Amino acid sequence: MTEPMVRIRGLRKSFGTKEVLCGIDMDVQAGSVMCIIGPSGSGKSTLLSCINHLERIDGGRMWVGGELVGYRERAGKLYELPERKVAKMRARIGMVFQQFNLFPHMTALQNIIEAPIRVKRQPPAEARAKAMVLLERVGLADRAAAFPSQLSGGQQQRVAIARALAMEPQLMLFDEPTSALDPELVGEVLAVMRDLAATGMTMMVVTHELSFAREVGDDLVFMADGLIMERGSPRTVLANPREPRTREFLSRVL
Amino acid sequence: MQVIPLRRPWTWAASVLVVLIAAGVAWSVATNPAFGWPVVAEYLFHEQILAGLIRTLELTVTAMLLGLVLGTALAIMRLSDNKLLSTLSWLYIWFFRSVPVLVQLIFWYNFGALYAHITLAIPWGPVLYSASTNSVITPLTAALAGLGLAQAAYTAEVIRAGILSVPSGQTRAAKALGMGPATIFIRIVFPQAMRVIIPPVGNEVISMVKGTSLVSVIAMADLLYTAQLIYARTYETIPLLIVASLWYLAVVSILSIAQHALERHYGRGA
Repeated sequence: MTEPMVRIRGLRKSFGTKEVLCGIDMDVQAGSVMCIIGPSGSGKSTLLSCINHLERIDGGRMWVGGELVGYRERAGKLYELPERKVAKMRARIGMVFQQFNLFPHMTALQNIIEAPIRVKRQPPAEARAKAMVLLERVGLADRAAAFPSQLSGGQQQRVAIARALAMEPQLMLFDEPTSALDPELVGEVLAVMRDLAATGMTMMVVTHELSFAREVGDDLVFMADGLIMERGSPRTVLANPREPRTREFLSRVL
Repeated sequence: MQVIPLRRPWTWAASVLVVLIAAGVAWSVATNPAFGWPVVAEYLFHEQILAGLIRTLELTVTAMLLGLVLGTALAIMRLSDNKLLSTLSWLYIWFFRSVPVLVQLIFWYNFGALYAHITLAIPWGPVLYSASTNSVITPLTAALAGLGLAQAAYTAEVIRAGILSVPSGQTRAAKALGMGPATIFIRIVFPQAMRVIIPPVGNEVISMVKGTSLVSVIAMADLLYTAQLIYARTYETIPLLIVASLWYLAVVSILSIAQHALERHYGRGA
């Protein structure tokens, strides 16, 4: 088997005295879609934040594309990397947030071209041309000049996806991308994500959209209390959960 | 069918009354010879007054720039995870906000009495620079130090509040895109903080325009002190104070327009 895109071993993370990730092991194969479900407070979002080192970890190790995340290993110890090196790694991992987090003082187009120009040093004309292609792809080419406050939640999230894709990442992290949306706007965002999965992008998706997990996901993980309780193919886990905790969660969500 | 909004006759009556009172005041001010309008006209563009005005503007701009640059540094220090830096910044702000600016001005002006020479040297090594304090601290440098250092303490708190007003999700999103700390501050956090920073800093600039008149205690001829020097000679107190006030009004009006333009610039997308 080839090297997985994401490899996580024994990941631990605490906030103060509360341990929110208590030893996570996970592999995400390149080109696959990993969906993560579970009750709130189970550590799903924290897990994603650890993968691009937005959070420091307290134990274990993670590799993205074969490269250790956030740390350098020497003589059996992990030394945290300087901010500059961490930033380089993050530039290769796209992230989409529950609250969109678009930059409100920039138009949709400016939001997308900012990082390619400042981080990748792309010439502005090239960045703009690529951004227009991305906007076209998420169906918002006509809204390039709009500020986030002039866009609906669904449109903002689609711009946020385009912004992450502009960095040409090898991995995309989605942290409950549709949870802050009005119900009628969820579909347009999921459609963009479905298209993205079809292009072969490696994706990790924390979501409550079980139908999306069933149709688009290659793997599914159920997390509770900072542990992976159950994993398998989405169809199997959703149809025939083995663990009582999974069954209890699914009965409440469905 | 015609829709008639509620009529408010008393609002109209009150408006008419206010206009009448204002007209009465204006008439009395214009016709009372004690105001000395011909004297005002004579001195409004007087050479000495204009020199004082320029001195006031110079002091305002320089002291404010010093306050903004130092204030930004203090705000960043105050927000730092490094306890030493944030404590130092806190102490600075505590001290310079507590001691009256008037005292600070006189203190800097008399710095030579405390230290006769200012020397820059490597400890136990060669002397790099040495000069008598009185040649370094002129009235101008004393004025800038007194006004600017105190202003930095106030500006630091305004800037800190501005930076804290930007949601943490903005920094997270910028980090996730691979931006470094400097890019995040300059491109993402600062422009958004400016929305919160500009209105109070605008106030501070306007206070500074008039606050510079404190430098008269160290014998600097700013706008107000120049007017005072003239009326001390001619006894035309009221007209000369009107001359100074008209210039303050003009400067503050221009600054208010500039503030409005800046607010619009940084308010885009809101």
